[in-house]
Amino acid sequence: MQWPPPWRRSPPGSRNRRARAHFRDWRKNSDSRDPGTKPGDPGAQGREGARPHVTTVENVKEAGCTPPPSARPTSTAEAACLSQRTWTIATAEEPPPANLCRRNYGAPRDPAEPRWSPGGRAAKMKVKMLSRNPDNYVRETKLDLQRVPRNYDPTLHPFEVPREYVRALNATKLERVFAKPFLASLDGHRDGVNCLAKHPKSLATVLSGACDGERIWNLTKRKCIRTIQAHEGFVRGICTRFCGTSFFTVGDDKTVKQWKMDAPGYGEEEEPLHTILGKTVYTGIDHHWKDPAFATCGQQVDIWDEQRTNPICSMTWGFDSINSVKFNPIETFLLGSCASDRNIVLYDMRQATPLKKVILDMRTNTICWNPMEAFIFTAANEDYNLYTFDMRALDTPLMVHMDHVSAVLDVDYSPTGKEFVSASFDKSIRIFPVDRSRSREVYHTKRMQHVICVKWTSDSKYIMCGSDEMNIRLWKANASEKLGVLTSREKAAKDYNQKLKEKFQYHPHIKRIARHRHLPKSIYSQIQEQRIMKEARRRKEVNRRKHSKPGSVPIVSEKKKHIVAVVK
Amino acid sequence: METAPRPGRNVPPKKDKLPAKRKKPRRYWEEETAPTSAGASPGPPRKKKRNGEIRLQKSKNTRISKKSRISKKPQVPKKPRERKKPEPQRSLSGAQDPFPGPAPVPVEVARKFCRIDKSKKLPRSKSKTRSKLEVAEAEEEETSVKAARSELLLAEEPGFLEGEDGEDTAKIRQADIVEAVDIASAAKHFDLNLRQFGPYRLNYSRTGRHLALGGRRGHVAALDWVTKKLMCEINVMEAVQDIRFLHSEALLAVAQNRWLHIYDNQGIELHCIRRCDRVTRLEFLPYHFLLATASETGFLTYLDVSVGKIVAALNARAGRLSVMAQNPYNAVIHLGHSNGTVSLWSPAVKEPLAKILCHRGGVRAIAVDSTGTYMATSGLDHQLKIFDLRGTFQPLSARTLPQGAGHLAFSQRGLLAAGMGDVINIWAGQGKASPPSLEQAYLTHRLSGHVHGLQFCPFEDVLGVGHSGGITSMLVPGAAEPNFDALESNPYRSRKQRQEWEVKALLEKVPAELICLDPRALAEVDVISLEQEKKERIERLGYDPEAKVPFQPKPKQKGRSSTASLVKRKRKVMDKEHRDKVRQSIEQQQQQQRKQKQEKAKPKGSRPSALDRFVR
Repeated sequence: MQWPPPWRRSPPGSRNRRARAHFRDWRKNSDSRDPGTKPGDPGAQGREGARPHVTTVENVKEAGCTPPPSARPTSTAEAACLSQRTWTIATAEEPPPANLCRRNYGAPRDPAEPRWSPGGRAAKMKVKMLSRNPDNYVRETKLDLQRVPRNYDPTLHPFEVPREYVRALNATKLERVFAKPFLASLDGHRDGVNCLAKHPKSLATVLSGACDGERIWNLTKRKCIRTIQAHEGFVRGICTRFCGTSFFTVGDDKTVKQWKMDAPGYGEEEEPLHTILGKTVYTGIDHHWKDPAFATCGQQVDIWDEQRTNPICSMTWGFDSINSVKFNPIETFLLGSCASDRNIVLYDMRQATPLKKVILDMRTNTICWNPMEAFIFTAANEDYNLYTFDMRALDTPLMVHMDHVSAVLDVDYSPTGKEFVSASFDKSIRIFPVDRSRSREVYHTKRMQHVICVKWTSDSKYIMCGSDEMNIRLWKANASEKLGVLTSREKAAKDYNQKLKEKFQYHPHIKRIARHRHLPKSIYSQIQEQRIMKEARRRKEVNRRKHSKPGSVPIVSEKKKHIVAVVK
Repeated sequence: METAPRPGRNVPPKKDKLPAKRKKPRRYWEEETAPTSAGASPGPPRKKKRNGEIRLQKSKNTRISKKSRISKKPQVPKKPRERKKPEPQRSLSGAQDPFPGPAPVPVEVARKFCRIDKSKKLPRSKSKTRSKLEVAEAEEEETSVKAARSELLLAEEPGFLEGEDGEDTAKIRQADIVEAVDIASAAKHFDLNLRQFGPYRLNYSRTGRHLALGGRRGHVAALDWVTKKLMCEINVMEAVQDIRFLHSEALLAVAQNRWLHIYDNQGIELHCIRRCDRVTRLEFLPYHFLLATASETGFLTYLDVSVGKIVAALNARAGRLSVMAQNPYNAVIHLGHSNGTVSLWSPAVKEPLAKILCHRGGVRAIAVDSTGTYMATSGLDHQLKIFDLRGTFQPLSARTLPQGAGHLAFSQRGLLAAGMGDVINIWAGQGKASPPSLEQAYLTHRLSGHVHGLQFCPFEDVLGVGHSGGITSMLVPGAAEPNFDALESNPYRSRKQRQEWEVKALLEKVPAELICLDPRALAEVDVISLEQEKKERIERLGYDPEAKVPFQPKPKQKGRSSTASLVKRKRKVMDKEHRDKVRQSIEQQQQQQRKQKQEKAKPKGSRPSALDRFVR
């Protein structure tokens, strides 16, 4: 389709009188040989009586001298050339747009081209009406998809912001409607689940330890695939080797045992690969991320070579029982441990003495290193809070995460390092963004008791927690996520809604809906109570500051409040 | 496209020598020998970079940064590879892309899609927030350029009408246009001769496919005007004041003598809404699903047609309401009153949002254009005025008409039609975003009866006129938006598509409370409540947690950190801060004085008045 036609393309100055004169002469000639009068012209179906019509380009060629409407002369030179040459030559230069006429079937011939008829005043004006060919807008057969022409002009899409707001509101509501995070409960233990471990290579395998022994679970089948009675009494710690072929357990019977991951063959006895008999009780174990070395904790932190029965080195700082020890996944020589005397101690495996320690208000139960940022770790504390530290500056935590209403027992980072999950004595688990002090999600069920251990799976999609009432529960990390394969349209819709929710997240109505969570009565009332207590403390402090000498009651920020000392 | 010779290339490519020197044919696996030969290879003729075009800036920026990095260390020659990189990509055959990079986009088109006001500076904020804002702004710019580039894909061109060499187009008769255009377009011009049931009001559906007409003496009909298929035709045996399609062509609201009735496309009465009585004018707000009715009793009533509830009934306190128009940009209802004012209403506010004194006599007709920028009013003082609705509400142009316009309508592309007695005048502006110039009419037409209703058909170059002799469908080339968006309103939609659209539209029904003068206000930062919150927080805590911490000197090396030196350092910082503060305050004072002087100087220039002494 040729649009704009040549005479619209030319500069307006070129249309002068001489050109018009030429044109008039030429029109007289052509009028005398109007092709409409020619009998038997195949292209003349449309022509009736006094209303002369435009001929198609092909017909022009046949007729010989009638110009197509798109070839009206524009300039003097062109007009002159037109008057000399015959039309077949003039049109030979540009191939006739044959498809233009054929495509239109019975519809008006080339609606975009203005009709130009000789005779009457209509000849003097140029007019183009909007005339769409329905064939371009309606599907040809029922098997085709419907045609959806788009025009992104903002005036055709009024109320952009209010409509997006409504969409965001709907998306937020739907998110809450579809928030069904609980997936499965793995039961089989005969005692409260004490420790959990992820398999480093297989997403479907998870190991758990309780007083009644260890179990290895298959998450896809949601079944226990192997049971081991490893220790007498409690299993205190369990960890897998980085290659995933074996795992280590420590228990109350003062032993460290290494087990093969594969079940023993038929007729073979279930026996550990190695057993180390220690002098004291071990309370935790963690394996090095790359080397065949592991660390245990109890009265001191011991670092073991896998091949030896004696620790390579033992490190202590004061005399107390150490709860847990964790290797740094990036700076693999670094370890962190937390002890009952309220401190968190950092060690370097390559030297014989600890690096530094920070003493908090209350005891820390576990720490977890951020898997993406080497120097950041989060500590789960007894004072209901979690503290994210930068190990280079321990005097102020980066963030204090407050929302639990009882002691936090365990913490684990998502593989992305953006969020972590914490398990608490208040029978709930919460998900915190690393840079926010408040949780974004809380999971609880009627039957779940004190949650002792929690793990974020390596695909960052699921969360497992082991609790007092002998069950391991599997949750979705993103409560309203649709599991399974998404079609591309579903995915696009999901992304679009996500962006909208982000855009309007601070609008009060949307914020309220997005934040709303149902809580069990015990937690709810505890939150209220603690709020009142906190408010009272604050009020008292404000009053004290008001009535004492200025500067004598210093303002201590919430972050600094809980740090007692840093020792190097 | 490069404009300057690169520093690495000593020999600039010489164009004149190029055809004379035959280039040695080279196999594609052979390495390029020297960068000079690459530069001399037949490329596109060097085009002067056209002004006013945006290219995607990304690649350019990286190039510039690289250049600057190289220029900093001139001694160390970098790897030649790196220098070659910025050259346009070559195919294996050695041919050069004559148009490297993305297609350029005209600035004015890109501006149409731009949603950020660049003239406003970014607020002072923390670096993190600032970087986020900057990223968002860059993204926004990129999307606007992309959207502008998609204009290329639009299939249709708008219509136009031009007289021969400055001939007045207003002299062109409808018959001439009909004769000149193709059959399908000519068929859009028709007259319905309905002399029996009095002057007609008419309304096109949102897709522009269907036409509803209501005669004063009770004749109500709906038809697919393109195929001329009649959907229903009834006589309601009551005076019909106004008629309007609801969100789709399946529902029809008719303001009858006493009550408001809703019919479906078969002509079956679905509802009789007795809360809306003696309705004179109807307006439907499609995105809010609100039917606004103005009544003889002086009430403006909003009816939510999706749930059948009355959202708001506002008393305009101005007597009989018979002039109403909606602003399609922000869904504000404009009411014209007999005292010459136009009041702007939203269902969320009991009082008018604004009152504009437009005419010396009563207001006879109002129309607002599709961008919400211009309002045309006509009054009993025979004036036709065009107002700017962006904040100031000032008249842009005015003109006295011999008879005064009783009906006004804006088309999608900004044409203004006025019905004066039995004459229709249409004025056109320069482009889509400019107001119509009232000096010279674009088209005129005389009808067989007095005009009673006017509406441009959406997405068709057609003006529908209801008059005492029936209905006339006029051809107005260039009136309508040529390219529709099928997800908004598709004239060719199938039944299934309509149903799907209906569900989607209902899901994103905008609440009535969000109607305000600026529909984008919802996306802006709520500074007032933010400051309020901050104040409350400071009050609650007893101190400002975000306040600047007083300077605490860091302990230095042994021996240098005596108390005296610490105090000295502290003092130094404090003094400096104090000096800054004093300097700032002095500057402020000076500025204020300057301002006051300027203000004082102004009245001196004009003539002193006796009332000046009361000015404070």
